[in-house]
Amino acid sequence: MLTIGLAHYLTVGAILFVLGIFGIFLNRKNVIVILMSIELILLSVNLNLVAFSSRLDDLTGQVFAMFILTVAAAEAAIGLAIVVIYYRNHGSIEVEDISALKG
Amino acid sequence: MNWTLALPELVLSVCGLAILVAGVIPKKDMTFPCTMAVLGAFVVTGVLIITQAEGTAFGGQYVADDFSAFMKLLSLAAAALGLLLALDWNEKEGLSRFEFPVLVLFATVGMMAMISANDLMSLYLGLELLSLPLYVLAAFDRDNPRSAEAGLKYFVLGALASGMLLYGASLVYGFAGTTNFDRLADALSAEAGISAGVIVGIVFVIAALAFKIAAVPFHMWTPDVYEGSPTPVTAFFASAPKVATIALLVRILSGPFGDVIAQWQQVVVLTAILSMVLGAFAAIGQKNVKRLMAYSSIGHVGFILMGLAVGGETGLRGVLVYMAIYIAMNIGAFAVLVAMRRNGRAVEGVDDLAGLGRTDPAMALAMAIFMFSMAGIPPLAGFFAKIYVLLPAIEQGFWAMAVIGVLSSVVSAYYYLRIVKVMYFDAPVTGFDVRPAGVSFVLAGTGLFTLFFFLFPAMLLDAAKHAVAAIIG
Repeated sequence: MLTIGLAHYLTVGAILFVLGIFGIFLNRKNVIVILMSIELILLSVNLNLVAFSSRLDDLTGQVFAMFILTVAAAEAAIGLAIVVIYYRNHGSIEVEDISALKG
Repeated sequence: MNWTLALPELVLSVCGLAILVAGVIPKKDMTFPCTMAVLGAFVVTGVLIITQAEGTAFGGQYVADDFSAFMKLLSLAAAALGLLLALDWNEKEGLSRFEFPVLVLFATVGMMAMISANDLMSLYLGLELLSLPLYVLAAFDRDNPRSAEAGLKYFVLGALASGMLLYGASLVYGFAGTTNFDRLADALSAEAGISAGVIVGIVFVIAALAFKIAAVPFHMWTPDVYEGSPTPVTAFFASAPKVATIALLVRILSGPFGDVIAQWQQVVVLTAILSMVLGAFAAIGQKNVKRLMAYSSIGHVGFILMGLAVGGETGLRGVLVYMAIYIAMNIGAFAVLVAMRRNGRAVEGVDDLAGLGRTDPAMALAMAIFMFSMAGIPPLAGFFAKIYVLLPAIEQGFWAMAVIGVLSSVVSAYYYLRIVKVMYFDAPVTGFDVRPAGVSFVLAGTGLFTLFFFLFPAMLLDAAKHAVAAIIG
């Protein structure tokens, strides 16, 4: 029978992390998707930390994960607020349209 | 547990909360009193830092030493100068809100926590406490589409960098078994060699911090964010957060990761070279002064990273001296940018400076001093800053990097001197509005420092030497 070990958790974490990165760079649609990708990255890190914490039998990783959860909530709140003021100014949150500043 | 060590941070945070309350309750506009209260809190914190004892606290999460004191005083000074510049600007732009100084204060608390971090966890919390107010500050001019866009871009890329930092931290934790810097140093110095997981983690952490200081190849957000943000916010972005992040890089690269120098030295050398070259060439064609300053700051970060890559006592001393001088020149140059206002509207083109030598000779002289200094022309401060990173690089045999540094400095002199030429030799356009008192004060202070640094360099050099001794041990 297959036992789920550290390597499995790390693989899932790595896949989620890469999905998050690609979600930010390849996404040409909507800023909300970028916010979701950022959350995905943070969750992959949490998964890593908790898996390592259990393997090392050390609580530090779980404490770290708790801190990340709280900071991620604050970050999402600020991100959404910025998206709202952006929408009020431009009337759109399409990624393609975010190009007034360049050169 | 010795929590009194963290007194400067604690006092500053409590002051921030108190000022927040004091700003909300009265019915009238509290921007000016709140700004003054924040500046007062900075002064009190500075005194507390000078009188601070040394040691670690909070279970090894927090460390106070000469290095942290040097860097904290530097970032407090940068934040205070940035705040002075913002006072008048915000009033004229209709941005007079008391939250501005409070946000700067909390960003400063974050910087101090970063500088004193002795654990990956406190590193992350400090970095986020710095970043979250900065996202808001970038979008502070919320009815201006450009500021909103700058805020959005900064937020997305900053959050990506935080994610990379965390992923790296999780790998370092997992493969080295600890997040504490002292125990990491022990774990990584083992003769058995280190696992690939730790190396990948270190590279992720360095890449994320390079993002925050805008080093090539992670610089692409910088020009857009610097251009779109309100000018005093840009002045703040280009100075104080860089101090804190460089301090963090110095601490982790010479502390916990000091024994694996072979793994990261090449990365930092490459980043330094690319930053210097891009900073020199990309700024040449810029017509917007803020964009130009963004590329200029990328170039300066390259020089700072050169000192970091060389390392050792002299290399790191060069980093600290460069940082202090860069802050003075940069805030001074941005003070001129803040004063660029014609008929009540802010202007930011290079051409708008035309004829400043005749319409406002004092400000033109100050700007010329900053530009010559940034170009590295003796006897101004910027020349010594470059000397103190170039000499160690040559002594340690980093010839290629030193030569590229000097050459890119020559190229960048073109666009610095172009500004001087526009100010003194182009036909004058109508003069700027009356210079605000805060700007004059900042200009005088930073200008005199930049001009007369060569008369008394020993003070800064000694302080930097003590700070480096604390970290190399």
